[in-house]
Amino acid sequence: MRGSDVFDVTAMRQDFPILAREVHGYQLAYLDSGNTSQKPRSVVEAVSKHYLEHNANVARAMHQLGVEATGAYEGARLKVAEFIGANPEEIVFTKNASEALNLAAHTLTAKLGPGDEVVISVMEHHSNIVPWQLAAERRGFTLRWFDVTAEGRLDIEAARESKLINERTKVVSLTWVSNVTGVVNPISEVGAWAHSVGAIMVVDGSQGVPHLPVVGLIPNSSSGGSLSSSSGGSLSSSSGGSLSSSSCASEAQSQDLTKNGAASCVGDPIRRSAPRDRGGDCVPLRSASSAQDDVARLSQIDMLAFTGHKMLGPTGIGVLWGRYDLLETLPPFLGGGEMIEVVRMEGSTYAPPPARFEAGTPPIAQAVGLGAAIDYLSAIGMDQIAAYEHRLVEYALERLGAVQGLRILGPLDAKDRSGAFSFTLKTPSGLDVHPHDVMQLLDGKGIAVRGGHHCARPLHERFSVQSSNRASLYLYNTEAEIDRLAEGLDYVRDFFEKVK
Amino acid sequence: MDAEELYQEIILDHYREKHHSGLRPGDDEVHHVNPSCGDELTLRVKLDGDIVEDVSYEAVGCSISQASTSVMTDLVIGKPVATALELFDEFKEMMHSQGKMEPNEDKLEDGIAFIGVAQFPARVKCAMLGWSAFKDAVAQAEEEK
Repeated sequence: MRGSDVFDVTAMRQDFPILAREVHGYQLAYLDSGNTSQKPRSVVEAVSKHYLEHNANVARAMHQLGVEATGAYEGARLKVAEFIGANPEEIVFTKNASEALNLAAHTLTAKLGPGDEVVISVMEHHSNIVPWQLAAERRGFTLRWFDVTAEGRLDIEAARESKLINERTKVVSLTWVSNVTGVVNPISEVGAWAHSVGAIMVVDGSQGVPHLPVVGLIPNSSSGGSLSSSSGGSLSSSSGGSLSSSSCASEAQSQDLTKNGAASCVGDPIRRSAPRDRGGDCVPLRSASSAQDDVARLSQIDMLAFTGHKMLGPTGIGVLWGRYDLLETLPPFLGGGEMIEVVRMEGSTYAPPPARFEAGTPPIAQAVGLGAAIDYLSAIGMDQIAAYEHRLVEYALERLGAVQGLRILGPLDAKDRSGAFSFTLKTPSGLDVHPHDVMQLLDGKGIAVRGGHHCARPLHERFSVQSSNRASLYLYNTEAEIDRLAEGLDYVRDFFEKVK
Repeated sequence: MDAEELYQEIILDHYREKHHSGLRPGDDEVHHVNPSCGDELTLRVKLDGDIVEDVSYEAVGCSISQASTSVMTDLVIGKPVATALELFDEFKEMMHSQGKMEPNEDKLEDGIAFIGVAQFPARVKCAMLGWSAFKDAVAQAEEEK
């Protein structure tokens, strides 16, 4: 196994007992982490230790165990906040990213109506499409979307020409990283555009947060200034009308955005709180030569959704980060215990965020597990993980690119590209091998990939393919596993060539 | 079980040939999808009294679903509706037997090749796609009588 000089992959794999499993007589090659990641022993142990030693309900239980459970749950919130550079009171725990996006779609559109517009993209996962469609049916606003280029990148140029984001736009919700093509979207550029018209920028970070450093993604995270501190600790205060973008003209901004490498202004007319030091209001855009550089400048978002199980954590725990001054203006999503202030039969008042959005007993042990997963990732370092995965992506592009009959959906260069590889396979005589058949024969060799449309049917339609296979990488994968995939695909193609 | 054993020669032959494929005029048409993989099937039946006169179809799908649909048309065309529906039950029972049932070759003919698929729970749906569509189309046609 060729490892990494960044960190010792061979040694690290020992932390994941499942990776040593045999499947159909072969050692497992798990290439389905975009679906769900495997869990290190420390995460499993943290969950079981919590249940065996500290289990109680949170917040409402006042006894010793209740205090411990509450401490563990809130401790997990703190870890998540630190991990993404946010404040703990801005972290809402949900059951997964889908629930987080439903929460966003439900609450952000509560006051929208006919004439308003919400913008998504054709590359979204169904969980960032359907909640907005449901909201559009309820509220009557118009749902519009970004197209992609032939290569599968977000087609910003076409969007600018058609004024996709305009004065009617109230929310833009975009994935950070495509779960199909691995494309890393220019979130800061789109976010700046959204903010220039006063729209809220929501980001689906499900495929981004597990793989890329979030430093700079959350506004102000690098400078350490936080909403709660700048407003003197009074979380509900809002200075109103003090716009941090006052020094920047939005017209100039939108012109600048179209130029590669041009400096541009951070416009943020919806931010109602006191301006915060963000290291200057003008940041360079689109001059990045690598995904990492790009990520460091992501600072134009208002909400970020992600899920624990794709980042080494347990299932059943998701996160919605939201700017506090935005969260506190939003109505509740689900009603129930612990999200209230005072309940009367005539009507109730609601707790401040994040409790307002956490009705009922939350996923306590799962939050603890997510905290352990974050400890694991942080110990290695997200920069290291991103660098290692970037090398795996380069290797996979080279190796898979050489497989005869393979068509990769999405960019063939590693720039701004994460480790999801969706592809179709054709035999020399022209038979399109169906993804289920590819998946089945690879599984027979112990290689786990996904077959289908990966909850992104519109993007498949856009590429004129009915479905595809997807291999998705994570920090524990190796070049040797990519070799096995490439060899496995040769075998599958030759097997079905005999058919035609 | 080895994955290659799943792909019996009979199945691969039907995948290649796809008997009775293409849409022809019929009495009723149904459209079935498998949402987990996006497979789609449009199927028409034409009845002549109580006899299945024709089954025609257009489908996008995996080798298992395509071959199973092809085998199904061979089995049901020309048979009384009641017999065709008995075959549906027989095939369905085999597919849900987890591969433990002794398949009845006299009745299911080429269909017995799918006994191996019954050992792969994720693929049972693929093998049933054409059969389920046929049953629906017949029910629809009978209702309209």
